[in-house]
Amino acid sequence: MSSFFSYLINGISLGSIYAIIALGYTMVYGIAKMLNFAHGDVIMVGSYMAFLAMGSLGLPPVLAVLLAVVVCTILGITIEKIAYKPLRKAPSLAVLITAIGVSYFLQNVALLAFSANTKMFTSVIKLPPIVLGDGSITISGETQVTIVACVIIMIVLTTFIKKTKAGQAMLAVSEDKGAAELMGVNVNGTISLTFAIGSALAAIAGVLLCSAYPTLNPYTGSMPGIKAFVAAVFGGIGSIPGAFVGGILLGVIENMSKAYISSQLSDAIVFTVLIIVLLVKPTGILGKKISEKV
Amino acid sequence: MKKQINLTKATKSTLITVGMVVVAYVILQILVGAGALSSLMKGLLVPLCIYAIMAVSLNLTVGILGELSLGHAGFMCVGAFTSAFFSLCFKETMAAGPRFLLAIIIGGAAAALSGLLIGIPVLRLKGDYLAIVTLAFGEIIKNIINVLYVGRDEAGFHFSMKDAFSMNMASDGQVLINGAQGITGTPNDSNFTIGAILLVLTLIIVLNLIHSRPGRAIMAIRDNRIAAESVGINITQFKLLAFSISAGLAGIGGVLYAHNLSILQAQPKNFGYNMSIMILVYVVLGGIGNIRGSVIASVILVLLPELMRQLNDYRMLIYSVVLIGMMIFNWSPKAKEFREKYSFKRLIAKKTEKEEA
Repeated sequence: MSSFFSYLINGISLGSIYAIIALGYTMVYGIAKMLNFAHGDVIMVGSYMAFLAMGSLGLPPVLAVLLAVVVCTILGITIEKIAYKPLRKAPSLAVLITAIGVSYFLQNVALLAFSANTKMFTSVIKLPPIVLGDGSITISGETQVTIVACVIIMIVLTTFIKKTKAGQAMLAVSEDKGAAELMGVNVNGTISLTFAIGSALAAIAGVLLCSAYPTLNPYTGSMPGIKAFVAAVFGGIGSIPGAFVGGILLGVIENMSKAYISSQLSDAIVFTVLIIVLLVKPTGILGKKISEKV
Repeated sequence: MKKQINLTKATKSTLITVGMVVVAYVILQILVGAGALSSLMKGLLVPLCIYAIMAVSLNLTVGILGELSLGHAGFMCVGAFTSAFFSLCFKETMAAGPRFLLAIIIGGAAAALSGLLIGIPVLRLKGDYLAIVTLAFGEIIKNIINVLYVGRDEAGFHFSMKDAFSMNMASDGQVLINGAQGITGTPNDSNFTIGAILLVLTLIIVLNLIHSRPGRAIMAIRDNRIAAESVGINITQFKLLAFSISAGLAGIGGVLYAHNLSILQAQPKNFGYNMSIMILVYVVLGGIGNIRGSVIASVILVLLPELMRQLNDYRMLIYSVVLIGMMIFNWSPKAKEFREKYSFKRLIAKKTEKEEA
């Protein structure tokens, strides 16, 4: 029983990371109606930045995370300006291919800059583990921080969108871009802001991911990126609570199947779950049904 | 008396494309005969056909059906493993010719069937969802094959998802599919001639489909799904048709691939997401929806990195820049304006205008 709980907690922790990444996907999808494939690679860039800041510059962990967030935010805005903005009116296929191009670009730049060698990431979290139930369950510092960070991010983001003008603008743009523009919303600014928030979250997710699973190479971001997208779709893309629910569920499913079925097949199981969810409810668990207009 | 030959535009274009492949084949065969090709280049001849087949088949999904598939390597993987499994089973009992023919049919059919199976649920989804599900499918296939163990002894076939020992085979049993180690000892039946024939067949199938009634229906769905539905086109049926043909042809590419190597493994680099993307690059560079372009682009992009080995580190980087650049050049409003301003036709028109004045 105790092993079940530790699997569950680890699953929730992994799921929290997925949820934070999925937020970036979901917000960008909600506003720009595009699948930002490069999001996973922004995670990787964020992790490298934190790694370099701690290793080469010798900065304390907090500053390193801050640096990673700043770099990723700038990167996100730049990507949006250069690659996605010219394609606002292009068919979704063109935008998707561009996003894949950006993802490959980031991976290969990282490959040239940092080489393919896997680096050992030193955890930024120095909390002592919590021991429960006579030592049968240990919750590591990374797990605690990840879960808490995810909950805080969810709350802050939801409040931001509900209470602030910029948040309301985001909602308006995601509802109807044209109408929002007519009402005086700065659509381009709002889209940039969304990319900035998504990328900043990606940096945090990257640091948390590499603290929990301390290997770092140019492809670190791509699998978690894809899985987080699965999580976003799972929960209903475009919906912020959906990203949270989807992320946690996905993390738990993945960890449980790793523990009880087969570690090699866990990815296959995760993707099968995605296909089944899309079959039963194509808009995800918390997604809204949108009918197409002629 | 001169005989009048009336060819439609479509037939002519098909003939040009097929003729191009045939001419390239003849030239390359002469070069091989004359010993003018290095062994490196000779080794590239079959991959050339494989990638061209893959690109043409993906173009059917992306360009003609208008749906992005990121799991094309998955279908290739299905074709490769089923056919290699078949060939290995009948390695001693059948002659090479009919065995390879059957292998091609089995590999293609298995891939087409998996395309159909995955297509039935998935094609109800649109755009981005379809892309992600095909990607998921490719990963699932790769994962499953990596834990699949199949062996054969006197009692028949044994399966396991754990390891080779848990199949409980008799001592003379032979392991056919050995999990992550894959299939070893597939007969090397692929050669350039068969590759070229299959490429021509692929081209004829795809081009004929495009120019037929179902092909026009498929393109109508691509251009406007609702309008197509309202004139009575059965969306699901035609989407499935295109998707499963595309998958089947990718499977044939996989058959060629499997029989060109002695060890077949499902690794990220040959059947993973990267492979699907690489083929997508060929399609995009050749022109989405342009079948002839796919062949040309895949030939150039397979040969170019081999000819410029020193650029190998930068290859994927260049590919990614090409992808982004092509899309922006094609679709951004500024680039459109620029192209209209400096288009070739317009320049000619200006010139004649001036001369007339």
